[in-house]
Amino acid sequence: MEIRIPELSLVVLIGASGCGKSTFARAHFAPTEVLSSDVCRGLVSDDENDQQATGDAFDLLHYIAAKRLARGRLTLVDATNVQSEARKPLVKLAREYHCLPVAIVLNMPESLCQERNRERPDRNFGPHVVRQQRAQLGRSIKALKREGFRHIHVLRRPEDVDAVKVIREPLWNDKREERGPFDMIGDVHGCGDELEALLAELGYRRGCCEADPLWGDLAYVHPEGRKAVFLGDLADRGPRILDSLKIARNMVQQGSALCVPGNHEIKLMRKLKGKNVRLNHGLAESIAEIEALPEGMREPFVRELTDFIESRVSHYVLDKGRLVVAHAGMKASMQGRGSGRVREFALYGETTGEIDEFGLPVRYDWAAEYRGQATVVYGHTPVPQAEWLNRTINIDTGCVFGGKLSALRYPENELVSVDALKVYCEPVKPFLEESALPERSVQHEQDDILDADDVLGKRIVSTRLRPNITIREENAAAALEVMSRYAVDPKWLIYLPPTMSPSETSQREGWLEHPAEAFDYYRNQGVPSVVCQEKHMGSRTVVVICRDEEAASRRFGAPDGSAGSVYTRTGRPFFSDPEMQRGVLARLRDALTRVGFWGRFDTDWACFDCELMPWSAKARELLRTQYAAVGAAGKAALPESVAALKQALERIGDAAAPEMAATLADYQARQERVGRFTEAYRRYCWEVEGLGDLKLAPFHLMATEKRVHIDQTHLWHMRILAEICGQDPDLLLATRYRVIELLDPESRQQGARWWESLTEQGGEGMVIKPLDWIQRGKRGLIQPALKCRGREYLRIIYGPDYTDGPHLARLRSRGLGRKRSLASREFALGIEALERFVRKEPLRRIHECVFGVLAMESEPVDPRL
Amino acid sequence: MLLTISTEHRPATDLGFLLHKHPDRFQSFDLAFGRAHVFYSEANEGRCSACLLLDIDPVGLVRGKQRRQDEVLGRYVNDRPYVASSFMSVALARVYRSAMAGHCKDREALADTPIPLRVKIDVLPVRGGGGFLLSLFEPLGYRVEAERQPLDEQFPAWGDSPYYSVTLHVTRRLSEVLSHLYVLIPVFDNLKHYYVGEDELEKLLEKGAGWLADHPQKAIITRRYLKSRSSLLRQALARLVQDEGLDEGEEPVAAAEEREAQLEKPLSLDQQRRGAVMAALRGRGARHVLDLGCGEGRLLKELLDDARFERVVGMDVSIRALEIAEKRLKLDRLPPKKAERLQLWHGSLIYRDSRLQGFDAAAVVEVIEHLEASRLSALERVLFEFARPRSVVLTTPNREYNQLWASLPAGRLRHQDHRFEWTRAEFRDWAEGVAERFGYRVGFLSVGPEHETLGSPTQMGLFELPEGG
Repeated sequence: MEIRIPELSLVVLIGASGCGKSTFARAHFAPTEVLSSDVCRGLVSDDENDQQATGDAFDLLHYIAAKRLARGRLTLVDATNVQSEARKPLVKLAREYHCLPVAIVLNMPESLCQERNRERPDRNFGPHVVRQQRAQLGRSIKALKREGFRHIHVLRRPEDVDAVKVIREPLWNDKREERGPFDMIGDVHGCGDELEALLAELGYRRGCCEADPLWGDLAYVHPEGRKAVFLGDLADRGPRILDSLKIARNMVQQGSALCVPGNHEIKLMRKLKGKNVRLNHGLAESIAEIEALPEGMREPFVRELTDFIESRVSHYVLDKGRLVVAHAGMKASMQGRGSGRVREFALYGETTGEIDEFGLPVRYDWAAEYRGQATVVYGHTPVPQAEWLNRTINIDTGCVFGGKLSALRYPENELVSVDALKVYCEPVKPFLEESALPERSVQHEQDDILDADDVLGKRIVSTRLRPNITIREENAAAALEVMSRYAVDPKWLIYLPPTMSPSETSQREGWLEHPAEAFDYYRNQGVPSVVCQEKHMGSRTVVVICRDEEAASRRFGAPDGSAGSVYTRTGRPFFSDPEMQRGVLARLRDALTRVGFWGRFDTDWACFDCELMPWSAKARELLRTQYAAVGAAGKAALPESVAALKQALERIGDAAAPEMAATLADYQARQERVGRFTEAYRRYCWEVEGLGDLKLAPFHLMATEKRVHIDQTHLWHMRILAEICGQDPDLLLATRYRVIELLDPESRQQGARWWESLTEQGGEGMVIKPLDWIQRGKRGLIQPALKCRGREYLRIIYGPDYTDGPHLARLRSRGLGRKRSLASREFALGIEALERFVRKEPLRRIHECVFGVLAMESEPVDPRL
Repeated sequence: MLLTISTEHRPATDLGFLLHKHPDRFQSFDLAFGRAHVFYSEANEGRCSACLLLDIDPVGLVRGKQRRQDEVLGRYVNDRPYVASSFMSVALARVYRSAMAGHCKDREALADTPIPLRVKIDVLPVRGGGGFLLSLFEPLGYRVEAERQPLDEQFPAWGDSPYYSVTLHVTRRLSEVLSHLYVLIPVFDNLKHYYVGEDELEKLLEKGAGWLADHPQKAIITRRYLKSRSSLLRQALARLVQDEGLDEGEEPVAAAEEREAQLEKPLSLDQQRRGAVMAALRGRGARHVLDLGCGEGRLLKELLDDARFERVVGMDVSIRALEIAEKRLKLDRLPPKKAERLQLWHGSLIYRDSRLQGFDAAAVVEVIEHLEASRLSALERVLFEFARPRSVVLTTPNREYNQLWASLPAGRLRHQDHRFEWTRAEFRDWAEGVAERFGYRVGFLSVGPEHETLGSPTQMGLFELPEGG
């Protein structure tokens, strides 16, 4: 005997104690699918038979069942369930999660149950219990259908139970295996001419349908096997309603299209079935066309048409679950599920229950709250322009009202439309008025507000470069404060740069860092050549720049009217003076324009990763309170100490106090070193009075409209950026670089010498990167870059006296593991943010990543690395 | 770091007896944080100078057993090796222990005699400037020579450093001078390298015996010496001045807060503001209230003390502030019925937050001016569109009033974190715009003493949803 159950269902076993429910469950379902009341009783009370724990046990059982159903997992409830009160909450649960309740009744002979219970020492209740349960069961069987069970299977003999095969069937709407490509077509409403023009535009060709006496041979097919998906509302209002329906039906028939029903088809069907339906909203035109059919053809056609409509599935889940289509949309919790409410939603969407000034129901904006993974394409409500919102798009562009008929090509996500030939029908609510066109997109409006739920608590962000990155709750909390109090408008925050690890500690006498270790790291990871870039000593800066204010508003939805943003690595505005920012952006914009950047990249915005100098421009407070202060204290203290020691030594004599002589030498060395320390920070400081005192050194062109440029080598970046910098050398500083072949000792030496000369002249050091951005080594993503800092520069990091032997020996032991792991995670998050932005995902999806970078930065890692 | 004590009391070399250190030797002492050396740069009949050279291990501060977690002390680039600080106090007490106690077997009479002494502290970090320096030493009879060091002569715009080269002249017993130095040196920069525990109070009372009680700056000396540990501070002051009955409040956490509080103090504006907010909330019959941007919880305490407020939620973006609020409100010690009325939430006013829905009223007291003006639109929507309490009581400074405060430089804002301060007209424009956009009614109130033309220091907007709105 076969028991067929829907793949996603809540299976309720019903039967007296001892009837074999648990054995049955074990035989046909995975252990994790089975929720047993006995087990739950045991979990809450340590005693599976403790009847006093029943209430708590069922609370637990219902809780787990709800979690499973919400996640779309089939669930079986193994309890006696012989009373209607026990089943009621289960049916309710199934309804709540839009899955079908299935009843499997094991109505076994009483003797069998009693016998089995006798064999089990833990079931020491009297025989009356089973008798009573069977009586309740008998009454129940008839009630099951009324209680809401859609599938009811009753087994009466042990032989039947043994012979059962449980077969799981996918839902009708499950077409995950269909991968497309697809062309979704919005509400046609009898605009047959436009439909044919659109199909032609999409590359479909007339033909190859066997002429049907009722449906004719009107059909289209795509030579590359694409499939059209009609989103419903083919009927009513327009001039060629039946032709439109015929095209859809014939294409479905021959496998070149899918079709979901619209509310207008359903209403038409009800009318054709003789229901009392008012002939409004364009239904009259459909009926008129049907009535015009020749006698004798009309009746069979109507029959087949109602069949066609009736057999449409309310929505489809396509392409491995990545695409969902429905007439009026589909919220995430209902996708791929089957219930009356799911069907209602697919046809009508959700309304708030209110009526607007035009007498139309006020629609509840489910798309604004959509958080699902799948793209949802729908129609139903005419809009002037198809616009993306949270991965959903409404492509009903009101053709019949004089708008256009639109299609969305998938997976290309390109919109294709043909204009309406005329206004066939006046809309009740005007939708094409110019004033109705928003200046900023719906998505931008929506993105004005981000939700705390999208950033707070422990979060796992999935990125292309690293599958799962965990953001810890306390780090997220720290990031919330920084983001709220100091960061620029999140709309500009499309990228935050990752932290960078130094090279391994050098073992050379007197040195903490040296390029040799960085070269070794990359060579050991299998990288043959690297680019070494001069490391500028300023402040890390991200520049997002737009061609003009209009582009800024269009692409970024920036409400502040600026045409770009310059911010620090923690998302703070770089300049407190907006004029200064405007000035820097204007100069950079001119340089980009002169070099033909906008046309070359077919973009009107760009994101650069840069260093902005001088250091003192942003770090002045830090310089004053820490660096200059330590220098000042040292310079005031050490000469006095040296003088006192000298004086004493002259008085006592070297021989009498050798230890004092050593101390004097030590203090003299310290005095010299504190001088070097002051020199070290001074090199990176100068007063900034205007734009002319700033230097901006871009070293990555992160992204433009269509791409994130991490598929290009760093050499490409260096060349492009050098061209741009050449346009305005007063402000823009091209980064010097060398390519080093790691397998060639000569080349490695040249690299090391170059580093030495840079750092001897006071440079901070250099950054070593593989030529390609993304490199995977033996253990996943390797470090995208390593820094190697100069000997003098490191005094600013480790203190004036760090080069002193005993100090250096201790400083050598430093763990880089944490820093590197962080660097790699932050890198993946930053790139992910940009990729999402380029894909035009909702802001919350981008914000999640940059928020993650900021959160990671609050991890306690040695700040000197 | 060098501290030199000299005398011209004849024979000057007797200083060696007083300090228990031989003038012709170079002696070294191991300390937990480094080493101390004692030697004499000069030692003759007429003049003798004892040098205490303190050698602090800067790497050890970050890595060693003495590792410090806090930001200022726990870093390699550190002024501690060069300046006189709590490290110096510890070294003094260790190396000159007997001298500080006034013991001297060989020259008992000299130890009990005031002698002319000169103390040279090469680098003393002083938070509070030269005036503060004088105010601590002069009442004890010292003549002070102090020279302030530049921060960096190449960058005069960076201003002066907090470091002074100080020479002190006094005629006193050596033990007294050492005790003064022991107590006062760490007071100048208000940092201690070790945990301030209960025994610190005993040390202070012991070393301060005979002079601290009469010192006009005893309150600040005690407060800084005890690192603002308020319970210790109160005990200390009580024991120092047993009948004066000082009322020394807790030191506000941030210096910026202190400044704002100082400005507003004569008015006790903070209290008046809270009073006005409480009155407004009571007047509206609110039972479930939000205190958005609750900070350290002053308003929460008043809300909690009034049982009419059945549910009180304080929210702040700063976790640190919430931790302080939790301590101040003594949540763990409140009766459960009272404690359960209150919740503290970490959250931000520029992210939509579903938790904020369903409240009667929200107090937003001195909050909006801490947000960038460009982010205000987000706050408006989070508060008035999504949280949508029936009433909102919102206060912000009235910028016009600032000119009445002499201590506030013209054009400066009251608090360094204020991103803007509004005139009455600006606030009114904003508030009316918000009310209009979100369907609220708004009225205005002044809080604090009202000036004829400049208004009151704080302005308040009362927003209300019309019935059924």
